[in-house]
Amino acid sequence: MTTFLQLMLNGLGKGAVFALLALGFVVIFKATEVVNFAHGSLVLFGGYLVLVTKDTVGWAAAAVIGIVSAGLLALAVERLLLARSRHADPFSLALLTIGVDVIITEEVVRRLGVSLPFIGDAWDAKPLQFAGVTLFRTHLVALGVAAVLITAFFLAFRYTTWGIALRAQAENPEAAALVGIRRSRVTASAWLIAGLLAGVAVLFIATQDFSGAGLSRGTHSIALAAFPAAIIGGLDSTAGAIVGGLAVGLVDALSTEYISFAFAKSAVFLVMLVVLVVRPAGLFGTRETTRV
Amino acid sequence: MSKLLWIPVAVVLLALPLYLDASWLKAGQYMMIGAVGAIGLTLLSGQAGQLSLAHGFFLLVGATSYSVLSGTDDDLVGLGLNPLLALIGAVAISALAGVAFAPVAGRVRGIYLGVASLALVFLGLYLGQAAGSLTGGTSTGRAPATFELFGFSFSNEGTLIVAGVPLRGTERLWYLFLILLALSYWLAKGAVGTRIGRSWRAVRDNEAAATAMGVDVRRTKAGVFAVSSAYAGLAGVMIVLWFDILKPDENEFGTYGINTSIAFLAMAIIGGLGSIPGAVAGAVVVYGLPQLLTLYSTDLGWFTGSVTPVLVSSFVYGAAIVLVVLFEPGGLAAIGRRIKELRS
Repeated sequence: MTTFLQLMLNGLGKGAVFALLALGFVVIFKATEVVNFAHGSLVLFGGYLVLVTKDTVGWAAAAVIGIVSAGLLALAVERLLLARSRHADPFSLALLTIGVDVIITEEVVRRLGVSLPFIGDAWDAKPLQFAGVTLFRTHLVALGVAAVLITAFFLAFRYTTWGIALRAQAENPEAAALVGIRRSRVTASAWLIAGLLAGVAVLFIATQDFSGAGLSRGTHSIALAAFPAAIIGGLDSTAGAIVGGLAVGLVDALSTEYISFAFAKSAVFLVMLVVLVVRPAGLFGTRETTRV
Repeated sequence: MSKLLWIPVAVVLLALPLYLDASWLKAGQYMMIGAVGAIGLTLLSGQAGQLSLAHGFFLLVGATSYSVLSGTDDDLVGLGLNPLLALIGAVAISALAGVAFAPVAGRVRGIYLGVASLALVFLGLYLGQAAGSLTGGTSTGRAPATFELFGFSFSNEGTLIVAGVPLRGTERLWYLFLILLALSYWLAKGAVGTRIGRSWRAVRDNEAAATAMGVDVRRTKAGVFAVSSAYAGLAGVMIVLWFDILKPDENEFGTYGINTSIAFLAMAIIGGLGSIPGAVAGAVVVYGLPQLLTLYSTDLGWFTGSVTPVLVSSFVYGAAIVLVVLFEPGGLAAIGRRIKELRS
């Protein structure tokens, strides 16, 4: 029973991180209908900047630098590349993000070389003992941070002018433009938020507790689990991203324990396939209908 | 390309083994592997509009099937079939694997399918390691049976001298690959120009309209998935013959992993999605560049420490994808068409 409890907590902790990634992914998709394949490279980029700055400015300041630079990189990708091809369809733009992903990932991995640094200094490898159960601090902090960020996001999404603008654009881009909503600003803000969230997520992913592996190509591959998280929840559902993220975290933790470590990676994707077959638009996504 | 232009191209390709040494031929063969796979993907993603990142998985299916069907190892599963039969069987099994994915492929479309297909890459990684009796496992792998055609071995066995040049394994494999590529090209061209190709494009452009015109959308999608997987499976057979070993990946960035899937997608995009000559040109860029840079690496002197030919090629094709989407969505095929118009 205690193992199970521990597993659930680990799973939820991991899930919280996937939820952050999936949320960013879904926000971009809602605003622009573009599937961002470069999400993993944003994660790597943020982590890399934490790594190179933490010795000079201290970990906390480095973490902020990492988060901000992941956000700025996402913003730059949108402003400099995607915004310039406004007439391209979302399909082509998704392909473009694959190209961006290859370039950023290869460069960061090259700079990392053979080192696999951990970057979650403040919480990594400091387990807590609580009522006979060992808890990873990384997962607990991740849960807390994710809860705060996600709540803040939903409050802003629901009540601020920005949130209304984003929802309006997601609903009907032409009508939103007609009432004076600036498409470029909404889109840019969506990318910025996604980048910031990716920057936060990497602080938890590249840790001993979360993956047992430091910042590397593997970090990028872990970040790919944001795809099934977003798909399970429904690509255009922000609440779905949270549910999907937690589901992915739990599936990952449970299958690692009860089946095998090697299988866990594919288990997450298999669950996604099952969801797609049963509900093609995800659990909370909008069902696509065609008028003839 | 006009019909007459084909003759000098064919003559040059046929004559190359008489002049080039083995390392160059290996590089050329690698491009042909890329071209066969890329033709399959450009049919799926370009002609039928379904994104797939699972090409690496189907490569693994083809590679494993060939090794199992033709294998004669004692400690591994092997049926010891004739290599030609094994090759045909491997292509058929890959196509069936594509059909098996149809329940998913038929339900989601376009970009969603691309994300869903990522699942297969992870599944392939797991199965490749778990089914060691088929794949030989990650530590040793397994050697594929030498390809044979009606008793003629594509290895160094025996002597065959043409125009004073002894044709050994590498030279023979060049001709085999050339035949396979030509066959792939010709079949794809045929499919695109007929009713099948039109149904693919109808599904890509508008599923509702396609249905209204009597195209069975689900069946069409399953069909194009099968065709594309068959091409990937053939490329997989070619890659085990090229490496002369089947070795399942240790992580998702190996021979049959995500990077490979992305490389094939890059070929199709750079060449111009949907264009078959474009896919071949894309393969020359994406798979040719790392090979040629490696061959020239000592002369160039660029490659020190972490800057490797593979890395430089990744940068080039990553940037090429971005540039193609931004400035020339038709890719190399569109550029080629424009040059032709200028001349006429």
